[in-house]
Amino acid sequence: MKELFPIKQVNGFVFSLLLTIVALSVYFFDMSFQLGMTILLVTAFIQAGVQLIIFMHAGESEDKGTIYTSTIYGVVIALFTVFGSLLAMVWGYM
Amino acid sequence: MEFFERFAVPHPSPLIYASMVAIGLVIIAIIAGVSYFKKWGYLWNEWLTTTDHKRIGIMYIISALLMLFRGGADAVMMRLQTSVPDNTFLDAQHYNEVFTTHGVVMIFFMAMAFVIGLMNFVVPLQIGARDVAFPRLNAISFWLYFAGAMLFNISFVIGGSPDAGWTNYYPLASNDFSTSVGVNYYNWALQISGIGTLMTGINFIATIIKMRAPGMTLMKMPMFTWSALITNAIIVFAFPVLTIAIIMGTLDRQFGTHFFASTNGGMDMMWANLFWVWGHPEVYILILPAFGIYSEIIATFSQRNLYGYKSMVGSMVIISLLSFLVWVHHFFTMGQDALTNSIFSITTMAIAVPTGIKIFNWLLTMWKGKIHFTVPMLYSVAFIPLFTIGGVTGVMLGVASADYQYHNTMFLVAHFHNTIIPGVVFAMLAGLTYWWPKMFGFMLNEKIGKWAFWFLTIGFCFSFFPMYITGLDGQARRMFTYSEATGFGPLNMLSFFGAGLMAIGFVIIVYNIYYSFRYSPRNVGDDPWNARSLEWATHNPVPEYNFAVLPQVESSEAFWDYKKKGHKLFPDSIKKIHMPNNSGLPIIMSGLFFIFGFSFVFYIWAGVIISAIGIFACMAYRSFEKDDGRYISAEEIKETEDKFGGAGQ
Ligand code: HEM
Ligand SMILES: [Cu+2]
Repeated sequence: MKELFPIKQVNGFVFSLLLTIVALSVYFFDMSFQLGMTILLVTAFIQAGVQLIIFMHAGESEDKGTIYTSTIYGVVIALFTVFGSLLAMVWGYM
Repeated sequence: MEFFERFAVPHPSPLIYASMVAIGLVIIAIIAGVSYFKKWGYLWNEWLTTTDHKRIGIMYIISALLMLFRGGADAVMMRLQTSVPDNTFLDAQHYNEVFTTHGVVMIFFMAMAFVIGLMNFVVPLQIGARDVAFPRLNAISFWLYFAGAMLFNISFVIGGSPDAGWTNYYPLASNDFSTSVGVNYYNWALQISGIGTLMTGINFIATIIKMRAPGMTLMKMPMFTWSALITNAIIVFAFPVLTIAIIMGTLDRQFGTHFFASTNGGMDMMWANLFWVWGHPEVYILILPAFGIYSEIIATFSQRNLYGYKSMVGSMVIISLLSFLVWVHHFFTMGQDALTNSIFSITTMAIAVPTGIKIFNWLLTMWKGKIHFTVPMLYSVAFIPLFTIGGVTGVMLGVASADYQYHNTMFLVAHFHNTIIPGVVFAMLAGLTYWWPKMFGFMLNEKIGKWAFWFLTIGFCFSFFPMYITGLDGQARRMFTYSEATGFGPLNMLSFFGAGLMAIGFVIIVYNIYYSFRYSPRNVGDDPWNARSLEWATHNPVPEYNFAVLPQVESSEAFWDYKKKGHKLFPDSIKKIHMPNNSGLPIIMSGLFFIFGFSFVFYIWAGVIISAIGIFACMAYRSFEKDDGRYISAEEIKETEDKFGGAGQ
């Protein structure tokens, strides 16, 4: 029986519920904008990771390398784009 | 009548009325011609509904050539207008419309289509596949591109052309300053064809990752396939940004939001930012396949293997990442501080390094090679010095402080034409000539081809080098005229002369196609150029199943191994082959997209809703459709192979 029980998925499910609760807390507790946004961003990224790896089986096929490479590449480019835009349009704008 | 008033051209001229008549006549002539020769069935069954990557590729290339002439006509009009001071051939408004159309048509509908067309035709052959990963999706990609292109092309006779430049900067492109429907056309045409391009990107990544012949590891792929893989990766990461930016622009113009407004919390320069986040990767989407083509051609006609294969691949990978890190160099003068500009200056110059590595690799391939100066090789050899000039002036523009001087002058215009014409356009012409026998089974005439080459190259130099000088002297880009006192006159006349030579060059190419179609010998064999990579291991023209037997590969030059090293390319025997079915859905769905876009441009909501329902109905139909493809029997394949003389076995 033990082998059949999807312990990884159940754990993942519990974990993602937990992440949701933490994210929800931003609404219920009175906290600064910065802290709230930080919590939301961090939980959102972990949540996305949990979904990809545990529920969408990103690491379980022979395409593992391709999938992770392209995901990381995408994330890197997205971050460069966001921070580069912030630099050009806000922080570095005179 | 009120309903139809919206379709009137806001700023008409006799030229536009003449074009209307001409377009009408051409459409009637085409319909009449096809009906007279009873070719509707052939057209529908063999071309319009095809899912064959080769035919889709050819349709892309035909469209690209048509767009080249549309954009070329615009170019000649602009050079004519500026050839003498205070000219009145075009007024300011028309000039705006013409340079906007020229830029959009050339980048999106000519260069992109040409690149994707050649990729379509060549990549599956180079990796030994029977088709792309998703043939039906591929047909949709093409027809969406075509719908977008046609939508854009009718703007100047129905409702008025966009006039805010191919870069379409806000606030100029907003309702306040661009009151006609022109910019709506820009938005919807690019949105529709952009969806097609994005799907091409996904399709080709899947094809190249998943469908390579046995033995072909990534590092044994021919260089053009490598360039296609990297290009499509850039497409997949860059195009969504354009999609979103255009949606925001559309919302601003048609639904009253303020993303790019200068008031109410909008950020007008955000458009420029997003546009170039897509735009700089876009220039590498265009140039990398060109690099791939040159790599194939230079190796073939130097009779040597490509020098520095690994560094070629490595430099393309680095370019693909760096191409996302430099976009701010397009608006150094927007108002960022020196630190920000310096950061992007440095990343910009860093791109020149991997590009330089590639140049040296080509030179070293030719070094000690036995060079054959065929037409494709002539283009490749001319490309190296001319593109280098474009790269060097690019680095000059990349010096942020100096760019305050060059920005938005003719110097910039000279730079990017210097990279795009010898880079992209020459590569496409070279590639077309090189793979022509694979497409049609005969060669283009070399002698006529050389005439065209010289007209284009010399014409290019006359046309664009003077702009470096007038640019440094202060001639701004996109100005419809200038006074005699500026002294820009003579050099602009020279430019017009060069443009004329180039126009003649393109006419010669068309003549060459006609001439070769009539008179070229049809028995050119399967290997007319003494080539090296896998696509030459099948017949000319390629049978619909590409390879009768799946090839087995050991290096990036599988065909050369087969010819010179006794490598056994086709170890198996002929078996039945599974092929995708034709489908009318892609063209129908794209037709609906055209109506959707057109209705949206003019705020005709009934048309929008009905066509949207139609589009979703097509998708629903597709979801429930059962299409298992079809088989070509082994006997049928043997018969075809025998007709080709049984080679390739
Ligand atoms: C060594 C490589 C290159 C460098 C350092 C470079 C640098 C630059 C810079 C700094 C600008 C902006 C200048 C200004 O607006 O004042 C620019 C504009 C441009 N470049 Fe390049 N470039 C390079 C290669 C290319 C290539 C390969 C292409 C195309 C195939 C290209 C196409 C363009 C285009 C289309 C524009 C301007 C478009 C516009 O404003 O309408 N460049 N380049
Ligand atoms: Cu750029």
